[in-house]
Amino acid sequence: MTASLIGARIQRKEDYRFLTGAGLYTDDVALPGQAYAAFVRSPHAHARIRKIAADQAKKSPAVLAVYTGADLAAAKVGGLPCGWLITDVNGQPMKEPPYPPLAQGKVRHVGERVAVVIAESLAQARDAAELIEVDYEVLPALVDPVKAKGAPPIHEAAPDNTCYVWALGDKAAVDSAFAKAAHVTKLDFVNNRLIPNAIEPRAANATYSRAEAGYTLYVASQNPHVERLLMTAFVLGLPENKVRVVAPDVGGGFGSKIYLYPEDVVVTWAAKQLNRPVKWTAERTESFVSDAHGRDHVTTAELALDRDGRFLALRVRTTANLGAYLSTFASCIPTILYATLLAGQYTTPLIHCEVTAVFTNTTPVDAYRGAGRPEATYVVERLVETAAREMKLDPAGIRRKNFIRQFPYQTPVALCYDTGNYEATLDAVMKMADVAGFKQRKEESLRKGRLRGLGYACYIEACGIAPSNVAGSLGARAGLFEAGEIRVHPTGTVTVFTGSHSHGQGHETTFAQVVADRLGLPMENVDIVHGDTSKVLFGMGTYGSRSIAVGGTAIVKALDKIIAKGRKIAAHLLEAAEADIEYDRGVFKVAGTDKQKTFGEVAFAAYVPHHYPLDKLEPGLNENAFYDPTNFTFPAGSYVCEVEVDRDTGATQVVAFTAVDDFGKVINPMIVDGQVHGGLAQGIGQALTEGCRYDSAGQLLTGSFSDYAIPRAGDVPLFKLDTRETPCTHNPLGVKGCGEAGAIGAPAAVMNAITDALGVKDLPMPATAQTVWRSMHKAA
Amino acid sequence: MSVKVSMKVNGKPVSADLEARTLLVTFIREQLRLTGTHVGCDTAQCGACTVLMNGKAIKSCSIVAMQAEGADILTIEGVAKPDGTLHPMQAAFKENHGLQCGFCTPGMVMNALDFAKSHPDPTEEEVRDSLEGNLCRCTGYHNIVKSIMAGARAMAGKP
Amino acid sequence: MHAFEYHRPSNVKDAVALVLKKEEGRYLAGGQSLVQAMKLRLSSPTDLIDLNAISDLKALKTESNAVTIGAMVRHAEVAASSGVRKAIPALAALAGIIGDRQVRHMGTIGGSLANNDPAADYPAAVLALGATIVTSKRKIEADQFFKGLYETALEPGELITAVSFPVPQRAAYMKFKNPASRFAIVGVFVADFGGKVRVGVTGAGPCAFRQTDMEKALASKFAPESVASIKVKADGLNNDLHASPEYRAHLISVMAKRAVAAALK
Repeated sequence: MTASLIGARIQRKEDYRFLTGAGLYTDDVALPGQAYAAFVRSPHAHARIRKIAADQAKKSPAVLAVYTGADLAAAKVGGLPCGWLITDVNGQPMKEPPYPPLAQGKVRHVGERVAVVIAESLAQARDAAELIEVDYEVLPALVDPVKAKGAPPIHEAAPDNTCYVWALGDKAAVDSAFAKAAHVTKLDFVNNRLIPNAIEPRAANATYSRAEAGYTLYVASQNPHVERLLMTAFVLGLPENKVRVVAPDVGGGFGSKIYLYPEDVVVTWAAKQLNRPVKWTAERTESFVSDAHGRDHVTTAELALDRDGRFLALRVRTTANLGAYLSTFASCIPTILYATLLAGQYTTPLIHCEVTAVFTNTTPVDAYRGAGRPEATYVVERLVETAAREMKLDPAGIRRKNFIRQFPYQTPVALCYDTGNYEATLDAVMKMADVAGFKQRKEESLRKGRLRGLGYACYIEACGIAPSNVAGSLGARAGLFEAGEIRVHPTGTVTVFTGSHSHGQGHETTFAQVVADRLGLPMENVDIVHGDTSKVLFGMGTYGSRSIAVGGTAIVKALDKIIAKGRKIAAHLLEAAEADIEYDRGVFKVAGTDKQKTFGEVAFAAYVPHHYPLDKLEPGLNENAFYDPTNFTFPAGSYVCEVEVDRDTGATQVVAFTAVDDFGKVINPMIVDGQVHGGLAQGIGQALTEGCRYDSAGQLLTGSFSDYAIPRAGDVPLFKLDTRETPCTHNPLGVKGCGEAGAIGAPAAVMNAITDALGVKDLPMPATAQTVWRSMHKAA
Repeated sequence: MSVKVSMKVNGKPVSADLEARTLLVTFIREQLRLTGTHVGCDTAQCGACTVLMNGKAIKSCSIVAMQAEGADILTIEGVAKPDGTLHPMQAAFKENHGLQCGFCTPGMVMNALDFAKSHPDPTEEEVRDSLEGNLCRCTGYHNIVKSIMAGARAMAGKP
Repeated sequence: MHAFEYHRPSNVKDAVALVLKKEEGRYLAGGQSLVQAMKLRLSSPTDLIDLNAISDLKALKTESNAVTIGAMVRHAEVAASSGVRKAIPALAALAGIIGDRQVRHMGTIGGSLANNDPAADYPAAVLALGATIVTSKRKIEADQFFKGLYETALEPGELITAVSFPVPQRAAYMKFKNPASRFAIVGVFVADFGGKVRVGVTGAGPCAFRQTDMEKALASKFAPESVASIKVKADGLNNDLHASPEYRAHLISVMAKRAVAAALK
C-alpha cells in the first residue's frame, strides 16, 4: 500500500497553467462580438443628481448604448440585497436602504456608478464616458462613523444614519464585575479601514443567447452559485436555470469577490438589451473606490482583572462603519463574526459587546480576510498584553493563567469550542521564537541605534460558519452547507465537482489528495472542477476559511456513498456477502481471504454491467452530497513578532515572525504554510503600511498603489512556522481551516511588539514611520 | 491615427496596424491574444504586466506599443521549452510553492528571469530588492523569494 | 488614454521642430511618468514625439573631471556603468534605487529632469553635484534649472540632450522612501568638492533645493555631527498623507547625517 497522501507536501496541480500563462481569468475571456463597458462614477461623496446629459456620448463613435439608473428602474431592475438580517437591541430589523446598481437621484460615495457606456472597444467606451455630463448638487459628506448620529441622513430609510445597534452578553453582570475588579485595562482604538486589493481586478463579462433564452456571466467571484442566486432571485428576476455563472481562474479574493456587485448586474442586464457580450474590467483606480473595503471599527474596550491577573469581564463598545450601502454580508461581520469571538482563548466568564453600525459617505465595507475575527483578536490581545504590562506580569504568563483547558467549552458569547490546546501552541512558539534570547537581541539592536520589541498574539477564529438553522435564526438569509459530487468514470478515473471555489488556495490539489487517498488512485487520475454553475451541482463558495472543513467534508460524504455502492458491486463480483467486504484505499476485499477487486474493476463493472446486480442496483458510479456542519471549527494559534524601530526615522521593520497554528489535521502542509504566509503579510500590512484614508469631503486619499501601500517583498521577513494538532471533533477529516489565521493574529502581535519597543501604551494602526516617530517625539 | 508596429514576440515576427495610444500590454493581450501577461494596476506598481524587452524586464503597461518597435519581446508564453517542459525558473516556482492565485506569477517569473542573469546565486536581500516592482497579495513573498533563489541557482547550473 | 499622433524623429532638430509645430506636443523619453499620466487621463498631449530613435541622446561619457550622460540613457545603464561607478559611485547608486528595476530599464535621466517630479531622485544629485543641463539650444546650470512644482527652466520645445556632472571628491545619497510609491519622501545628496560642499534635497519641497546652511557647516568640517546641530525649518515643506513638514524637516537632518557618514566610508 502506498503512503498516505494526507499530510503530504504535494506540488500543485494548478501550477503548470499559471506558470506558462495558460490560466484563464475573466478578463482573458474574449467572446465573439465582444462589446466593452465603462462606468461613469461619482466624483462626489454625497450629491443629488440633477441631470445626466448623455446625448453626446450616445452619438460618439462606436457607442452601442448608454444606460443610467432611470433605465434600470424602468426595466424594474431591483436593488442589491443584503444576505444577513441583524435584529437590533429593541427587536427591530436593521435598516435596509435600497442599493440600486446605478445611482438613482443621489450618489452616496465617491466611485458610485452613475451611468454605463457600452461601445465596440474599451477605448471608445472610455472616451464616450468622459462626454457624459452629470449635474450634481453637492451635499455635505459624512465620513467619520462616530459623527453619524445627528448628521444629515444619507438614506431616508436610516434617519440617524444608523443601520442597527446590536448587543451580545449580559451587560448588568459585566458592569457589576467591573465594579469589583482589582484592575481595569482600557484602550480606545481604531481598527483601520483596509482596501483588499486582490491583484486581479474585478471583472465581469456577460453574454445572452436568444437561442437558449439564457445568460452566461463570467465573473471574478469567490462563489458563483451565490452570485447567481442573488442576481436572479433578487435583482434581475430571472429564472435561475437560465443563468450560468462561471468564475474561472480568479486572481485572489480575500473577501472582496464574495459579493454581488452592481457592475455584474449591469453587464448581465445589458448583454440581453444589446444581444452582445459585454465586458467590464476594473482599472485599479476603480477597484480602490468600488471593491468593498474591510474593518473600520472605532472601539472602546475594557478588561477587568482580579489582583492575580485573572480575567473577570470584558466590555466592548464598537462603532462599525458600513460605508454608503449594505454590501452582501456587511451586517454580520461586526456582529456575528466579531462579538462571538471576544472570549479568545480565555476563560473570561462575562463579556458584553455593543455594536453601533452606521452609514457614511464611503465605499461599502464588508468581509476582508478574517472578517470580524481580526477585529476581535485585536481587542482581546491588545488588552491582554497591555494588562500584563500595567500589572507587571509576564505577557505569556497572564495568557496561560487564563487559557481555556477543558473542552468542549461554552463561551459567554454563544460559541462552543469543540477542541484546542492553547498551551501547546504557546509553548512551541516561545521556543521557536527563542523568547529567552530576546533580551540579548534587544541589546544588540540598541547598539545599532534601533529599538527592539516583542509582541504576542494568541488568537482564535471560528471557521465554516454553521449550522444553517442556527445561522438562519441569527439572521442569515442563505444556507451555509456545501455540496460535492464524485463522478467515477468507467476506467476508474474520477472527476470531483465542488461548490467551494479556489482563487489561490489550491483546492485542485488538496481536494484531489483527499479523494485520491481514499480511492487509492494516483493524483493525476483525480480532477477537481469548480466555479461553473453549469457543471457543479450547487455551492456556497469560499470564504471564512470554510473550504476544507465544509466543502472537503461534502466530498468525503460523497466518497462514503461511492464506497458504499462499490462495496455492493464488489460483493456481487466476489460472490460474497456485502458485510464481509472490507475497503481500504482502492481495494475491496473479502475479509479474511485474498479475494479482492480493485476500485477500477468495480467502476468498470458499474458502467459495463454485464455481471452486475441490475435487479438491486442502478448502474453507474456517481454520487453527490450536501454537508451542513453541526458547529464552527475553531483554529487557534500563538504568534510572536519581533520588530526593530529606527530611532532616527521611526521606520519599523518586522525582523522576525514566528507562528504556531492548530488547524486540526493538515492535508497539504506546503499549501497550508503558504496560506499562513499570505495571511501574515496582510496582517503585517494592516499593522504597518495599510491605512485607507478619506478627507473630510469624502475623497479617497489613498486611491492608488502610489498612496496605499500593500506590503512589498522588502516589508516582510522570512516567516518561521509550525503547527500543533487537535483534530476537529465534528468533521470526518478533523480539519479546521487555515486561510485567515495569519491576518487575524498578526496585527495584534505586531502592535504589541511596537508598543513594547517604544514603551508606550498604544499607537494607531498603521504604525507608519511618521506615526512611530511622532510617538517617540512626543515621549521625548 | 493608426500606426504600424512590428516587433518579435516569443521569437515570431508580428506586425499590426494600431491606434497610436495602444499600450504594449494591450497589443500583447488583445491583438496577439497572449493573455498570460496581466494588468493589475494603472500606476506601474504591481508588475503583473512584466515582459522582457531585448532581454530586460519592463512593465508592458507603462509604454505604448510603438516604443517596442523593432524590439524582441518575451512573454510568459515563450518561456517554457517548445515541448512544454518548464524553464528552471518556472520549475523552481512550482517546487517552492511560489504562487497561489497565479495572477502576479507571470510578472514575477519574467522579472526573475532577467534578474537571475546578473545574479546567479542571489541572497535573500537581493531577491527582495529585485521584487520592488512586483506586488503579490497571496504568498507573503516567502516562497517567491525561495523560488527565485532556487531558480537563479538552477539557471546557473548550481545545485 | 486619449488619442494622439505618434512621431519618431531620428535627430534632435527634427524632434524640436515637430514639438513646436504641434498643438500640444510632448517628448516621449522612457514614458515611465508620462504614459502613466496619460493612462489616468491626467495628461492629454495631441502628439508624442518619441526620442528613442535619436542615437545622439544615448551617449554616456566619463572623463577624469566629469560624467556626461545623454538624455535618453536609462537609469539601469547609469547604475551599471563602470565609468560612472568609478567616477561618481553615489550617482550610480542613486540611479540604482530609482523606482524599481523594471522602471529603471525604461526611465531616462532626461525624462526625469524635464518632468521634475518633486520626489524624483535625480534632481538631488543634479543640484548637489552642480551639474550642467545641456539642451537643444543652451547649457543650463543646475541652480537655474528647477523652478517649482513640475516646473523647469526649459522653454517651449527645448529638449534636454545631456547632463554633465562634475566629479566630486566624495559624495553619497540617502533616500527615505515613500512606502507606497517608492519615490523619495526625503532624499539628500551630499557632495564634497574639497572644501566646497553642496547638499541637494528632494522630496521635501515643491522641487529639489539646496540646503545651504548644511553646506556651510560641512565646508568647515565634513562630518555627520556638522549637520546634526542644524535645525531644518519646516516652513514651505511638503505636507501629505505620508509626511508632515515637521517630519520631512527632521528627515532632511537624518538623511543628511547618514549621507555624510556614507560619503566618508
